[in-house]
Amino acid sequence: MNLWLTAATHNATQVDYLIFALVLISCAVLALVFGLMLLYMFKYRAGSDIDRGTLPRKTWRLEAAWTAATLVAFFGLFVWGAKLYLLLFQPPADALQIHVIGKQFMWKAEHDGGQREINAIHLPVGLDVQLVMTSEDVIHDFSVPAFRIKHDVLPGRYEALWFRVDIPGTYHLFCTQFCGVDHANMVGEIVAMPKADYQKWLARSDAGETLAAAGKTLFMRYGCSGCHGGDGAGANQSQSTVRAPSLAGLYGSPVTLADGRVVKADDRYLRDCILTPARQRVASYLPVMPSFAGEISEEELLKIIAYLKSLSQQEPS
Amino acid sequence: MSAAAGAAALSGESYLTDGFSLRSWLLTTDHKRIAILYLASITVFFFIGAAGAALVRYNLIVPEGLIKSAETYNRLFTMHGVVMVWFFLVPAVPVTLGNFIVPLMLGARDLAFPKLNLVSWYLFMLGGAIVLYSLFTGGVDTGWTFYTPLTTQYSKGHVVATVIGIFIAGFSSIATGLNFIVSIHRLRAPGMTWFRMPVFLWSLYATSVILVLATPVLAMTLVLLAFERIFHIGVFDPTLGGDPLLFQHLFWFYSHPAVYIMILPGFGIVSEIVPAFSRKPLFGYTFVVWASIGIAVISFLVWGHHMFVAGTSLFSALVFSILSYMVAVPSAIKVFNWIGTLHKGFIRFDAPMLYALGFIGLFTMGGLTGLFVAALAADVHLTQTYFVVAHFHYVMVGGMVSAFFAGLHYWWPKITGRHYPEMWGRAGALIIFIGFHLTFFPQFILGYLGMPRRYHSYAPEFQVLNVLSSAGTTILAAGYLLPLGYLTWSLLRGERAAPNPWDATGLEWQTPSPPPTENFVATPVVTEEPYAYPRPKPQATS
Repeated sequence: MNLWLTAATHNATQVDYLIFALVLISCAVLALVFGLMLLYMFKYRAGSDIDRGTLPRKTWRLEAAWTAATLVAFFGLFVWGAKLYLLLFQPPADALQIHVIGKQFMWKAEHDGGQREINAIHLPVGLDVQLVMTSEDVIHDFSVPAFRIKHDVLPGRYEALWFRVDIPGTYHLFCTQFCGVDHANMVGEIVAMPKADYQKWLARSDAGETLAAAGKTLFMRYGCSGCHGGDGAGANQSQSTVRAPSLAGLYGSPVTLADGRVVKADDRYLRDCILTPARQRVASYLPVMPSFAGEISEEELLKIIAYLKSLSQQEPS
Repeated sequence: MSAAAGAAALSGESYLTDGFSLRSWLLTTDHKRIAILYLASITVFFFIGAAGAALVRYNLIVPEGLIKSAETYNRLFTMHGVVMVWFFLVPAVPVTLGNFIVPLMLGARDLAFPKLNLVSWYLFMLGGAIVLYSLFTGGVDTGWTFYTPLTTQYSKGHVVATVIGIFIAGFSSIATGLNFIVSIHRLRAPGMTWFRMPVFLWSLYATSVILVLATPVLAMTLVLLAFERIFHIGVFDPTLGGDPLLFQHLFWFYSHPAVYIMILPGFGIVSEIVPAFSRKPLFGYTFVVWASIGIAVISFLVWGHHMFVAGTSLFSALVFSILSYMVAVPSAIKVFNWIGTLHKGFIRFDAPMLYALGFIGLFTMGGLTGLFVAALAADVHLTQTYFVVAHFHYVMVGGMVSAFFAGLHYWWPKITGRHYPEMWGRAGALIIFIGFHLTFFPQFILGYLGMPRRYHSYAPEFQVLNVLSSAGTTILAAGYLLPLGYLTWSLLRGERAAPNPWDATGLEWQTPSPPPTENFVATPVVTEEPYAYPRPKPQATS
């Protein structure tokens, strides 16, 4: 019986410290509660003729004292847990992205180079890795106990997780949101390997074309290029019948919307633009883009987004 | 009336002898008889739910699952959850002990709306029958939480029927809550001011407020769910333009306060028993009362802590985390107050007290592990695993069920006019306490190691702890069957009970056991604080 769980990331160690602190506090409180209970049960049992003295009349000092002590301790725990949590869900900007799609009952992963895997994700140690996750059907949950991370994977939107693995190894991947009959079989493994091995693995895996290249093909096929230009460079009235914003350099930059909001053009924003364009219309453009909801599959979406991303990497704005 | 009741009491007549026909039971408006109807009903539901739990645990003895079909397993744990939550834990104390004791404690003739009380039992049974029908004719495999869009678009079971059953039973909760609120406002005996009310009444008052305010939200949510499933109206399913997180917000807006619906009456029971068996007033009565009210209010503001990894905003997670710590403060206050009550007491260890002490221990452990899952980063690791399963079972089963048994033993002589066999009662309390720890403590470790909940099969390294947990289930099952046996036996053979066998304060003890149909011969008058236990003189050493 192994009662120890590997802490394979820096975050995992930090979470362990928090959990151990909670265990210590709990043991102290339990010792106090059970200790006093047992002591009083013995000392003040009905048959004992120990002198009980008189009863204290006022209790509010004691009440105020233990209420205040509890509040202070709880506030400390809150701050500790919250600090770690905020780190956990704020990915660094330059993390290596891997795309994860959950469906009943498997995990599909796609790497930028076009490598695809099912119920396994290979990734390098020592690098920040960000998972961009969505579901094709119900809500799933991506959980890796060795990393102490977990997040629901929802249909219709992107959710992200990030981590940096320190210790190479193979770790459990569980779906932890009940998703149907074979929920318990929606498991896989995370294979964390040294960078060189990871490069070899990428090269060895039959990739076909990169995600961005596949995305470019789709960009043409779905007619995106008709308005946004052949290389996503945008089009104005003189070149095309419709005026559409340029997509070059878009990814990661701020966008001003027609309703005055300024949002960052990240994966989630691009996805929403393709599926529900009317809801995030760019300022000074007409709402002419049709919705592609139901037409483009999740896997195609992430390829198109990879392509749009590649446009920013070529010519930084 | 009072003369007749007096004569009845002297001649040994009681609410139990007031008619023996089936009709006299099924059409009764006597709160005491309705309490008995409810007690019989929830006992049946408890053992159905417990059978589900036992099968779930036995399946997990081997990593690949003893039950070959994952679908069957999923239906079993759904059945266990649905039956236990809505047909045992939520109603248990209010509709049985509450129904019986509240009017007696108030010094009243009955609840404010006796007919509504009977209607609530029929609604409960109708809801229960529909749920049992759907569970036994194919079942549901969604988990008791009914998360969308799994429930509305993908699951094949009898989702709509189950949901309708819960919907109907919800009205029984609302009726009971309303009845208690009005009764406590209007029917207190002369002299019983608000701050002369026993804490059991305060707890049920707080519980009733939650029942009345939260249950309608559940009802609406279930209607929306049924509409989306039947008519494909997009509310929760993103492919229909809905938002799956909306369901979780609405569901937990009911289901978190529901946890306090389950546990607050337990606090009330323990606050009666600990003073009675320590021969001392409750320590910090006012604080305990305000803690109950505080819990009822804050319980509505913590639902988001079920969704720390669900995809809500970071800011909302921070707010819900700190509010969750806030709701734990009044619970902690109560534990300290019960211990304060033991201090300098004259403590007797009859079965109700053993169950109550067991409650304090188990609830403290449940509460402390709640601190783990309220800490955001720790929750990310522990939520959706067996840690959470263990945590809420410590609170609901260890806590609430122990408190229910404590109250049942405490008021058993009053309800039935007979004593339960004391030694068997103590043995039951001990066996349940031990069986409970063996069943659920290993699950904390399993959860930390990462074993997800609701898994029909699991990785082999988790087996040892699972076997321990399943072994504990056997002891726990024996522990629960024991009271069923000796309490039933005592109905026929138990020693006759005096009006006040525990020598306890509280108006319910000032009338014969079992009480006459009219409850009191003369309307009692309250002249002192609750729990005014006289100081016994220490026995002189000779």
